[in-house]
Amino acid sequence: MAVSALKPNPAMDALSARLSGQVMPKSGAWAKSARADALARLSATGLPARRDEYWLFTRPDTLNQPIPKPAAPFDHSDEDPIFSKVDRVRLIFTDGVFDQAASDDPALAGVEISRLADGGQVDVHWAADLYGVLETRGQKPVARPLATLNTTFASDGVLIRVTGKAAKPVCITYRHADPNSDVLLHHVIRLEPGADLTLVENGAAAARLNTVMEVEVADGAAFHHVRAQGRNHERRAATHIFARLGRESIFKSFTLTVNGALTRNECVIEVNGDDAVAHIAGAALGDGAAGEFHHDDTVFITHDALNCESRQVFKKVLRNGATGVFQGKILVRPGAQKTDGYQKSQALLLDGDSQFLAKPELEIYADDVACSHGSTSGAIDETALFYLRSRGVPEEQAQDLMVIAFLAEALDEIEDEAIGADIHSRLESWLQRRRD
Amino acid sequence: MLNIKGLKVKLEEEDKTILKGVDLEVPAGMVHAIMGPNGSGKSTLSYVLSGRSGYEVTGGTATLDGVDLLDMAPEERAAAGLFLAFQYPVEIPGVGNMTFLRTAVNAQRKMRGEDDLSATDFLKTIRAKAKALKIDAEMLKRPVNVGFSGGEKKRNEILQMAMLEPKMCILDETDSGLDVDAMKLVSEGVNALRDEGRSFLVITHYQRLLDHIKPDVVHILARGRIVKSGGPELALEVENNGYSDILAEVA
Repeated sequence: MAVSALKPNPAMDALSARLSGQVMPKSGAWAKSARADALARLSATGLPARRDEYWLFTRPDTLNQPIPKPAAPFDHSDEDPIFSKVDRVRLIFTDGVFDQAASDDPALAGVEISRLADGGQVDVHWAADLYGVLETRGQKPVARPLATLNTTFASDGVLIRVTGKAAKPVCITYRHADPNSDVLLHHVIRLEPGADLTLVENGAAAARLNTVMEVEVADGAAFHHVRAQGRNHERRAATHIFARLGRESIFKSFTLTVNGALTRNECVIEVNGDDAVAHIAGAALGDGAAGEFHHDDTVFITHDALNCESRQVFKKVLRNGATGVFQGKILVRPGAQKTDGYQKSQALLLDGDSQFLAKPELEIYADDVACSHGSTSGAIDETALFYLRSRGVPEEQAQDLMVIAFLAEALDEIEDEAIGADIHSRLESWLQRRRD
Repeated sequence: MLNIKGLKVKLEEEDKTILKGVDLEVPAGMVHAIMGPNGSGKSTLSYVLSGRSGYEVTGGTATLDGVDLLDMAPEERAAAGLFLAFQYPVEIPGVGNMTFLRTAVNAQRKMRGEDDLSATDFLKTIRAKAKALKIDAEMLKRPVNVGFSGGEKKRNEILQMAMLEPKMCILDETDSGLDVDAMKLVSEGVNALRDEGRSFLVITHYQRLLDHIKPDVVHILARGRIVKSGGPELALEVENNGYSDILAEVA
C-alpha cells in the first residue's frame, strides 16, 4: 500500500504508525475508489497536530496513537436503556460489529436501510454519490483528517435512504463490551425531496470511536437527529457530521454528553438551498472527579443561499477539573442574503478548577444578514441559589435545579416530545443519583 | 417563637458592623413590625435570620422555638419554619414556578420526615391558594419571577408562604413597589395566614402597610439597635413626624 512510500518525517511516521494497524475493508468498485481517494488525501494532510488552529484546545494524541487507551465498559444496569420507551427501529452495533440478532427487522415504510459492509460491495449504489463526497467538501477551509481516516477504513455503518415520512425513529445503539475496541463507523443518509426522518444514536460504542455521518437533506426534507453519547467515563470519541441542505429543508441535531475522557464532536453544514433551516445543539455535563472529562464541540456552518436560518446552542456544565471547548463558525458567502445566523455557547463552571475554551467566529461576505454570537462562562448565581435554599431546597438539589435550568435552552432544541422527555428525566435522575 | 438576644453582625467583606446588639422577641401568634431609617440594618436582620452568606455574626443569639437558627443552613431554617418574603424576589430563568414550589414543599417535608405531597394534592392546594392571590395558571407555569411585574413578584412570595406554611414569617419591605390595590391583595393574603401558631415580623418604611396588616407591637430599629418599642401608635408617630424626634429622644 502507498503508506511505505511516504517521505520519512515525524508527522508521516505518526501517520504510518496509525495506518499500520488499519485494514482496508473489502469493497466493491465505488467504495474502493472512495477509500483510495481518501487515503491519498490523508497522506497529504497527515494526522491532526497540536499546531493546527482547530486542535489548539484539544490534544489529538490519544486519537492519533495506533492503539487506543483501554476503556472499561460501563455498567448501565441502574437504568433502562435510553430511548427504550420510544417506539423505534433498533440497529445495534457491539464494539462496531453489527448485531443482527439483537437488531430489529429494518423494514420501515418510506425508508431503505442497509449496511455499508453490504452496500459497499454493490457496484452501483445511491450511496456512491455521497460516501466521502460530503466529507471531502467539508475539508475546506479546515482539514478534518480523522474524518478522512474514517472514510478510508470504516469497517461498517448504516446506509439510509428516506423517500417518505418515516413512521418512527431509527435508533442506532452502540454497545461497548471490549475494553480495547477501536471502532470506525461511517453512515450515509439521504433524504429525498419531502422526506422526513428522526435518527437517534446512543451508547459509548468503543474504547475509541470514530464516526462519520454524511447527510444529504434534499429540497423540502426534514432530518432530526438526537444523540446520547453514553455514560462511560473512559471512552474516547471523535464524531463528524457532514450535512448538505437543499431548499426549504430542515436539519436539527442535538447531542447529550455526560462523561467521557475525550469527546470531539464536529459538525459541518452546508446550507445550499434557499429558505433552509439548520439547528445544532449540545448539552454536556462533565465531572472531573469521576474521571477525565474533555469535551469539544467544533461547528462550521456555511451559508450559500437566500433567507436561511442557522442556530447553534451549546451548553456545558463543568466541575472538578473538567474542560469544555467550543469552536463555532458561521461563514456567510457572497450573495447569501437574509441569512439569520445565531450562535450561543455557554459554560457553567461549578468550581474554580474547570475551564471553558471558546472560539466563536463569524465570517460574513453578504451585506443584508443578521448574525449574532455570544459566549459566556460563569459560576452559579449565588443569589438564586440562596433564594431556592431559603425555601427549603437543599443546596445540592438547588444547584441541580439550576443546572437543568441552564441546560434547558439546549434541551429545548429537541423537537420530539417523547425523546426530549427521556433526555430530561435521565439528566434529573443522574444528578439525583450523584447526590444520593 | 422568635427570640433574638444581643445580635451583633458585621459584613464579611468589609469591617463594617451593621447590627450592634439587637434584642427582639416575637411570641407565637403575634405580628411585630420593624420600622427604621435607611441603613439602620432592617434588611440585614432579615438576611442574617434566613442564612444568607456575606454576613458574620460576632455576638448574640437567635432562636426559633428554642432552636439555634444561626447554626443552620438556609434550607434547614426553612424546614424549621422560617420564611423570608424577599424585598427583591429573585428571577430564576429555566426553573418553572410550579416545579420550584413542589420541590420546595417536598424538600421541607422530607427534612421533617414527612411523605411527599402527591401531585394531585399539590395541584389542588396550589390552585386554590393561587386563585385567592389572583395568580393565574400561566404565572404558575412561567419560570420563577421571570417577566413578573413588581406586584406579581410580591404575590408570588405570599403564595410560596401560603404553600410552605411556615411558623415564622419575615416580610422584608413587602410593600415596596406595590400600588394600593396590590398592597391590599398582598395584605389579604398575609392576613389569611394569621394564626395562633404563626408569627410575623413585618419590616417596612411606611405606616400604610400596617393599616392593612395590623401589628401588635412596633419596633424602631436605628443604628443597628432596637431603640424604641410600642403599640401601633408608634407607627403613626413615625408617619407624622419622621424618625428624628424618636432618635433625638433615645440619643
